[in-house]
Amino acid sequence: MHFLYTVLIDPFVQIAGDPRFFVEVLTGGLLTGVMYSLVALGFVIIYKASRVFNFAQGTMVLFAALMLVGQMEMGAPAWLALGTTCGVMVGLAFAVERLVLRPMVNQSEIILFMATLGISFFLEGLGQLMWGGDVHTLELGIPSGPLTLGGILVNKLDLVGAAVAGLLVTALALFFRWTSVGRVLRAVADDHQAALSVGVPLKVVWVIVWTMAGLVALVAGIMWGSSLGVQFSLSLVALKALPVLILGGFTSVPGAIVGGLIVGATEKVGEVFWGPALGGAVENWFAYLLALIFLLFRPQGLFGERIIERV
Amino acid sequence: MAGDGPLLRVNNIEVIYDHVILVLKGVSLEVARGGIVALLGGNGAGKSTTLKAISNLLKAERGQVTKGTVEFEGERLDRLMPHQVVRRGVIQVMEGRHCFEHLTVEDNLLTGAFARRAGRTSVGEDLDRVYHYFPSLKRRRRSLAGYISGGEQQMVAIGRALMSRPKLMLLDEPSMGLAPQLVEEIFAIVDRLNAEQGVSVLLAEQNTNLALRHARYGYILENGRIVLDGPAQALRENADVKEFYLGLAGERRLSYREGKHYKRRKRWLA
Repeated sequence: MHFLYTVLIDPFVQIAGDPRFFVEVLTGGLLTGVMYSLVALGFVIIYKASRVFNFAQGTMVLFAALMLVGQMEMGAPAWLALGTTCGVMVGLAFAVERLVLRPMVNQSEIILFMATLGISFFLEGLGQLMWGGDVHTLELGIPSGPLTLGGILVNKLDLVGAAVAGLLVTALALFFRWTSVGRVLRAVADDHQAALSVGVPLKVVWVIVWTMAGLVALVAGIMWGSSLGVQFSLSLVALKALPVLILGGFTSVPGAIVGGLIVGATEKVGEVFWGPALGGAVENWFAYLLALIFLLFRPQGLFGERIIERV
Repeated sequence: MAGDGPLLRVNNIEVIYDHVILVLKGVSLEVARGGIVALLGGNGAGKSTTLKAISNLLKAERGQVTKGTVEFEGERLDRLMPHQVVRRGVIQVMEGRHCFEHLTVEDNLLTGAFARRAGRTSVGEDLDRVYHYFPSLKRRRRSLAGYISGGEQQMVAIGRALMSRPKLMLLDEPSMGLAPQLVEEIFAIVDRLNAEQGVSVLLAEQNTNLALRHARYGYILENGRIVLDGPAQALRENADVKEFYLGLAGERRLSYREGKHYKRRKRWLA
């Protein structure tokens, strides 16, 4: 009885008793969620166009952040370090196309997935070989620290992250919807063979999507690196992007954002209000539970592609 | 270089899938400028493979042209990438339509213009041209291609190919799974495209009767070899074609049972 009370009734009593605190927790959660979305976006871009689930996306986040912070520690100015890191990510896209995707053409999805696993290990090793395994602090002059907004306490860094993510998503959604390259990327996502037959050069398409994913990884790396420090565990943030993708749908850019918001908000609220009753650490597993429920009832996610079936 | 000689010349090609499966055993054929040529044969005869060997889509299915050449306007196609072949003016409309289901009809058509890297106005003109030939697509331009009828999907596939301003269209089984009336409609449009836009056509079909009514010349494939070719009129009157492909034998219709017991004459020496 006591357990049921602490799970079913007490949290709501707390929320009703101090709504401002609840809003604060919720806002914090939503802002963290946006950061998850940043990572999820990279997955969506590659998956949408090539049905390849890029396991290396998380490592790409770490790798980009390491490149950036490593150069800055050597004394390079921020703009130069940013420039070279962008260059490296573009180079990475070309290398992945030439060395991994091209020899693997027409292999099944699971084999391509395994190949990205390999890319992930390779990048992880390369990044640490070049810049070591220590925790680096990334200081790009992004404002951080607490800020009171209408009586609610928020972190400035989180706000910047949300703004950046919002901007990125809008840009990507417009790109996919309205440009001819975006249209072709959607076409390739639908039917490789048909795209090939109408004269879409697939190699170019792969380089474009991996470049986009690489640059998104850089942005995510900057935001996460600024808040957590650039360290190995950054690549594990990618694991949180998985439930985000399952919720939002693997092929939807807006889905990645909404999925991130839901995951961020629910896990934070769960942790603060239900954590004591359930023994804490709710934040660590709640997102996966949510993903499991979605897999059971809506496997294509909230915004996944409609599955067109003809009879 | 252009002008004289056939538009397309396939010269004794051999195709092997997965390094072991020999599918085409020396196929040669020609398509004249402005011609409609039919490639006939039953299931598994090698019609689709021949078309894919020309458009170079074979590589995506782990097939390979191991012998022979494919020449278009005197230039070899067999070493090009598929998008380069499209840029030369040869485009394949694949069997089973292959529309981009989650794209609208108009977006489907616009993807066809991508290879040409054309400007906005010329793409607009091409789009109007496609809508001129396929007015029903204009009405459905905002629908998702996955939800339109099979006939309309076939029109999208042909229209999309038209957007690349092809000189030669490789049509693979355009009649597949469509009602007879729709098939007639689509073939009538193909005839018009040929006459008015000067698009040459290489047509792979199982429906021999239909194909020979629209084509001027025909090749018959069996087991990866061309066993017979000639003007469409002559093929229609050929006794073997009548018997095996049109289902007619002399005065009477041959029943399936008799056909089964009849051992086919081999027409090649191998």
